[in-house]
Amino acid sequence: MFGYVLRRLFIMIPTLLVISFLVFAIIQAPPGDYLSSYLSELQSQGEAVNPQKIEYLRKQYGLDRPFYEQYFIWVTNLLQGDMGYSFEFSLPVSKVVGDRLALTAVVSVATVLFVWLVSFPIGIYSATHQYSLGDYGLSIIGFIGMATPSFLLALVMLYFANVWFGTSIGGLMDPVYLDEPWSWGKAQSVLAHLWLPVVVIGASGTASQIRRLRANLLDELQKQYVVTARAKGLPRGRLLVKYPLRLSLNPFIADIGTLLPEMVSGAVIVSVVLSLPTTGPMLLDALRSQDMFLAGSFLMFLALLTVIGVFVSDVLLGFLDPRIRLGAGATK
Amino acid sequence: MTSLVDDPPHGRPRRRPLAEPMPHQVSTDPFDPLSIERLSPEQERYYLASQWKMMWWKFLRHRLAVVAGIFLLVSYATILASEFLAPYSLHSRHVDHIYAPPQGIHLFDGNRFVGPFVYGYSHALTRANLQRVYTAPRSQLQPMRFLCSGDKYYFWGLFESDVHLVCPAPGGTLFLLGTDRLGRDMLSRILYGARISLTIGLLGVSVSFLLGVTIGGLAGYHGGWVDNVSQRLIEVLRSLPHIPLWLALAAILPVTWSPILIYFGITIILGLLDWTGLARAVRSKLLSLREEDFCVAAQLMGARPQRIIARHLLPSFTSHLIASVTLAVPNMILGETALSFLGLGLRQPITSWGVLLSEAQNVSVVALYPWLLLPAVPVILVVLAFNFLGDGLRDAADPYK
Repeated sequence: MFGYVLRRLFIMIPTLLVISFLVFAIIQAPPGDYLSSYLSELQSQGEAVNPQKIEYLRKQYGLDRPFYEQYFIWVTNLLQGDMGYSFEFSLPVSKVVGDRLALTAVVSVATVLFVWLVSFPIGIYSATHQYSLGDYGLSIIGFIGMATPSFLLALVMLYFANVWFGTSIGGLMDPVYLDEPWSWGKAQSVLAHLWLPVVVIGASGTASQIRRLRANLLDELQKQYVVTARAKGLPRGRLLVKYPLRLSLNPFIADIGTLLPEMVSGAVIVSVVLSLPTTGPMLLDALRSQDMFLAGSFLMFLALLTVIGVFVSDVLLGFLDPRIRLGAGATK
Repeated sequence: MTSLVDDPPHGRPRRRPLAEPMPHQVSTDPFDPLSIERLSPEQERYYLASQWKMMWWKFLRHRLAVVAGIFLLVSYATILASEFLAPYSLHSRHVDHIYAPPQGIHLFDGNRFVGPFVYGYSHALTRANLQRVYTAPRSQLQPMRFLCSGDKYYFWGLFESDVHLVCPAPGGTLFLLGTDRLGRDMLSRILYGARISLTIGLLGVSVSFLLGVTIGGLAGYHGGWVDNVSQRLIEVLRSLPHIPLWLALAAILPVTWSPILIYFGITIILGLLDWTGLARAVRSKLLSLREEDFCVAAQLMGARPQRIIARHLLPSFTSHLIASVTLAVPNMILGETALSFLGLGLRQPITSWGVLLSEAQNVSVVALYPWLLLPAVPVILVVLAFNFLGDGLRDAADPYK
């Protein structure tokens, strides 16, 4: 098991390298280097330009060097914890992002947990009570949840909160805590506000997860060994937990790998609509104003989050399924 | 038993019957040794049906999928004649009717049958917050006209016309789904938006289909390092969150591009990240198929890999490909909607459902004018329909079900 985890960790390194290269290529793609556009912007606003500072930044981030050298500098800086310089805010990126990264991670992890906790019992119910009224009802809700874009769900929720309660339910904490340092009260406030974005972001994932678990479990339940076990007198509940459920759990766990990128994707848009203090709104602004280091570090962070998520799902799968752990993993 | 006179093999010879020999009949028709194997027309229809025909029958049994397919056909048919179906043209503004609420269609005024008509608006500005308040007094009856002349348009840019399916009464209004902040008719805009939103899904899917089949095909057929590289690439792309990447790529598109170029740029961006699932499916199918005898035969006859993949291997799972492509379209539509909603996708004057929804970004606007959210309804319906259709196709394509 240890060897498997180690091997899996080792694979993450080239993956992250490729991702970092892609991200850097994307943020580099717009024509012109950032400093010259920054300079011209400052000048057009009639602000004083400090040539020394510009020169320092240019040197620090190697903006006059060729592409691959810039990339190398960016990556080594990233590894040392220097995420670059935000031209929009005239601050180092690490100062700008504040606790946005942590909050994004909290929202994403909470969403994945929510998806699991909700879809697991519902999926089992749907499969064991196939074609019952409850199954049909849940299926319809599931399909609608799958087809509704998450930002729309967020808007509709906001709309009804506005119509029914006359309040805005956006944000991730009470406005009083916005610029406060972290405290117990602030953490509680975050927890109290967390449910809405989690439900909104998780809706589509929950729906598809339910459908998948239902389909897997139904496949298992039709197999001969289930009939045999029943004929031999194994109680229904015990049988379900002992065999079919465990087998159908496999894809369920494996899906974190695909679930997490979806959650992170959804979170970006939903957080714009709900104005959450996570990466979403700031990433959007950074992309619009071509504040490249800021955008780059957000993209990199989101990718890192999903890569770690995939890693966790693989390790869990390894625990669950010896075939994967023993490295037969060459799936065809 | 040919006759009754034969002796049984054992025992005494049987006595011949005294009466007349029993009549027996021998057919004079020519003997047909295949008579049992010959099929009745009914059976023939069933047993000799091609694979596609069987799939079609199986598909027809899937009621929901058929309904979804018909719905999609109708939706795509409307984009052929958006100009004719929409009561107004795409950009016609009605400054007197900004943020007008939807007008309901009525048939009866009191107890009197009038035919389809709407009640005209009268609006007032509230002093407190300068909000327009529309009322529809029961006095102004505005009967709808059909096949009438209204706003002028160029039909697909080809010829000028002004015939619409429905028009407002002369001097009246017909805003069945309300108007937006410039007083443009929402229904007309949704009908025009379908043209962009529905086609962008198809175009994006064709990009991802091309990429997926090519890369998956090469990986599956050649194996070895080609396979390894493409597998790693797919893993990387799959573990990336799509929407942030779409956003980043869309942000690269130069602002100076014309709307139509942006449109194509967006389709390519949508396709660029979405081919991985298809490539995986193609690869795993090819890995098993290339060991088949017919593939070896083709190789021995000197066919090039390109020909073998395209001519012999791909056709054997076309049906699966079609099903998975159908299931990929809604992702594209949702992706475009999300991008445009955030203002990084298509821009005015191109009108898609996402562009229309971007007007509804602000909750305070939505709270006052909820009909701005209506473009979401076709989005949800189309996505649902594609999902049902794809499910039906997949089940039909599966020979083991």
